[in-house]
Amino acid sequence: MDYYLKVKDVSKSFGKFQALQNTTFEVQEGELVCILGPSGCGKTTLLRVIAGLEEQSSGQIIQQGREITNLPPEQRDFGIVFQSYALFPNLSVKDNITFGLKTRKQSTKIIEQRLSELLSLIGLEYHKNKYPSQLSGGEQQRVALARALAPSPGLLLLDEPLSALDAKVRQFLRLEIKNLQKKLGVTTIMVTHDQEEALSMADRIILMNKGVIEQIDTPQDLYSKPQTSFVADFIGKTNLFKATKKSDHSLMMFGQIFECHQSINHNEIIVAVRPEDIIITEEVSNKDTISGIVKEIEFLGSYSIGLIEINHNNQRENLICHLPLDNNAHNNLKKNSVVNILLSPQSLKIVNH
Amino acid sequence: MIKSKDDYHTIFFIGITATYIIATLALPMYAILSKSIENKDGIFIGLSNYKYYFSNPSLFYSIYNSLFVSIVSTVISVTLSFMFAYALTRSCIKAKPFFKTIAMIPILLPSLLAGIALIYLFGNQGIFKELMMGKSIYGPIGIIIAEVFYTFPHALLIIITALSIADARLYEAAKVLRSSPIRTFFTVTIPSAKYGLMSACFVVFTLVITDFGIPKVVGGQYNVLAIDVYKQVIGQQNFEMGAVVGVILIIPALLAFIVDRIVQKKQISILTARSVIYVPKKNKTFDLLMLLYCSFIALIILTILGICFYASLIKFWPYNLSFSLKNYQFDLMDGGGWGSYYNSIKMASYTAFFGTIIVFTSAYFVEKARTFKTARITMHLLSMMPMAIPGMVLGLAYIFFFNNPNNPFNFIYGTMAILVICTITHFYTVSHLTAITALKQIDNEFESVASSLKQSFYKMFFSVTVPISLPAIFEIGIYFFVNAMTTVSAVVFIYGPKTNLASVAVLNMDDAGDIAPAAAMGMMIFYTNAFVRISYVIITKKVLVKFQQWRTN
Repeated sequence: MDYYLKVKDVSKSFGKFQALQNTTFEVQEGELVCILGPSGCGKTTLLRVIAGLEEQSSGQIIQQGREITNLPPEQRDFGIVFQSYALFPNLSVKDNITFGLKTRKQSTKIIEQRLSELLSLIGLEYHKNKYPSQLSGGEQQRVALARALAPSPGLLLLDEPLSALDAKVRQFLRLEIKNLQKKLGVTTIMVTHDQEEALSMADRIILMNKGVIEQIDTPQDLYSKPQTSFVADFIGKTNLFKATKKSDHSLMMFGQIFECHQSINHNEIIVAVRPEDIIITEEVSNKDTISGIVKEIEFLGSYSIGLIEINHNNQRENLICHLPLDNNAHNNLKKNSVVNILLSPQSLKIVNH
Repeated sequence: MIKSKDDYHTIFFIGITATYIIATLALPMYAILSKSIENKDGIFIGLSNYKYYFSNPSLFYSIYNSLFVSIVSTVISVTLSFMFAYALTRSCIKAKPFFKTIAMIPILLPSLLAGIALIYLFGNQGIFKELMMGKSIYGPIGIIIAEVFYTFPHALLIIITALSIADARLYEAAKVLRSSPIRTFFTVTIPSAKYGLMSACFVVFTLVITDFGIPKVVGGQYNVLAIDVYKQVIGQQNFEMGAVVGVILIIPALLAFIVDRIVQKKQISILTARSVIYVPKKNKTFDLLMLLYCSFIALIILTILGICFYASLIKFWPYNLSFSLKNYQFDLMDGGGWGSYYNSIKMASYTAFFGTIIVFTSAYFVEKARTFKTARITMHLLSMMPMAIPGMVLGLAYIFFFNNPNNPFNFIYGTMAILVICTITHFYTVSHLTAITALKQIDNEFESVASSLKQSFYKMFFSVTVPISLPAIFEIGIYFFVNAMTTVSAVVFIYGPKTNLASVAVLNMDDAGDIAPAAAMGMMIFYTNAFVRISYVIITKKVLVKFQQWRTN
């Protein structure tokens, strides 16, 4: 057994609507995996199925070698934190955290010990007798985290845990949760729609769209090696163009031949190019270059964004590129000036449709 | 998915409450329906009873009378309460809480008492008899005035809610667009309060058409459907014909209920998170007019209450006006004596206690259970049904159902238990909705958190849900208590010799000509209900606050 949790072919439909289609993935022990995707992509449903709060239509879930597919939530081993915190408003911080400890026939001494351990873990030692309404949003979220961790679950599920917080608190808690998770080594699955959050926190990201997993990869690979046009478009900014195959490592785009490092398998392909990989050049006769007209320049501080129109056979394509400030060529660019664009072989990524 | 212990408990509780509602509502209703198509010997005769009823012009006329007084009372009551609600929400008059409290007084009285007050005011020996200009208070005039008094607070509460949810930005927009106040009233105020107004109309209409106390006291010879049921059953012992009129009485009540439900569904939340709450601005003339209006209405309500208070404390109206407590010596009169008052207290307490437990527990499962969606929806629909059934019809149905020797629960007939059960069922829907509203405000993820922490829902229920819902739970208990004290219609057919009730005693003493003692007993009911209400306010202000510190920041 080389995985901690395995989700195998899980599907879920609500009436005619298919929320999940044959989702399959594995999570290693101690890993922090983010399920990322636009709203309505099925990511929360997937988390709720793993928790047993929602019943899958088909498929199998295995946790630590034990099949949990048909177990009700109370017979599974997980702790969960919701976006709304779901703290019990009439119970103090202390009673909230120890809510899951009391009936386990543990002595008060052990419970007290665990409580102070958790309180120091989340840094709220002096607030243990306060009620949730007396705490800030970030503090409430940490209490919810401590409550979920109290019975030392094998799996921690986080459902958009930071979405209800201010941007600054969010950034701070992002780091804090990540460090806490690494310190405790608890296997964690977090659902989020915020790609920055996923990129900065996750060991691996499961990117979902319309109930289907598009790609599972490390943040770095997800960004630099998108496998589908959806992934390329969803993570960061991307230019997507249609192209046709010429040979294994060259393709036809804008009526011109470009070389490409990746090998090409299909005749009709989609090419993704990141804005920062595009180079404006003064050399004219390079074989990987094409000319275009600057349509807009948007100043964004450390760099500008250029919108360039490429015209071939009376078909117009728009292209977005980054223009770093330190490049002299960029400073002279004006609206409607003609420029040469270098699309190097390593900048062209072939993605699935 | 494998069922957990919690799931089995859920289905067990839903099963119990569903059985309760089926046994106390659906089966009795079936009994009354089948009774209406039988003859005296219990043989099926199809619709003959109905044919007989409709061919009898004097009986048929009571349908017309019922509709007439109901519609007129509805128009007057909703108009008056709309103006009152408008004053309370859109003017800057002082003493709003005072006016609102006065306006709620009729809820604490049995409806009959308003009729008795009218007799003292405008009857043959009334103080203001001349104002009637030769017309008699006995008949439609008396019924309509008393019904307006009785239904006023019910309509008022609904309309206040509707008017409180105004978005100030709409009024600012209207002002910027130079709309006249009248035009703003008809294009902004009325449309946003539309559903509340409609709902108030249906509620008042149903209350009036199914009320039986008021027509009994001031109706004179003027027959309405509810009186017909009473006469057929109590007067002529013709149960089959009573069942027929009862079934006919359900139709308008059921129609009003269904239309109201449809209207309620259309009412989407007008007030969004971005809305700005409307705050009325000072306007001397308008505020003065509204103050005069509210004072006038308050004066009428206090007069009606005051005349009963006064009449109950004097020797002999209108000849000997000296102070006396002899009208409170109920044991010297027919109607059950002080025993009926104590019975009422007992009955109301049991109803409040058991009713609250049943309603809140079942509402909890309907709203919060994780599984058994179909069962929960069915349960919710069943819980809505009692609203559509007039109290008299329910009471009559209980005779047919529980007095049947084949019914294993036959033994509860004539006991306190049947009164409590009937009253709980009669007032089930409003309590259920109160509980559902309170539970909806509690985060649905609480149950998920509890199960992830491997805690049973019992622990969750008692340590979190109940403490959070305490205000709503008390509200339900008081609603049950007050209504159990004042109700006549639901219990008039099923009280027994040992279970006479105060509200029924008012009816019977009035019937026997002992009007002053009837007023005195009515006042006892008022004192009791007022005491409970005031105690509740004090308890919530002083005691509950102590246990609910978590609510305040």
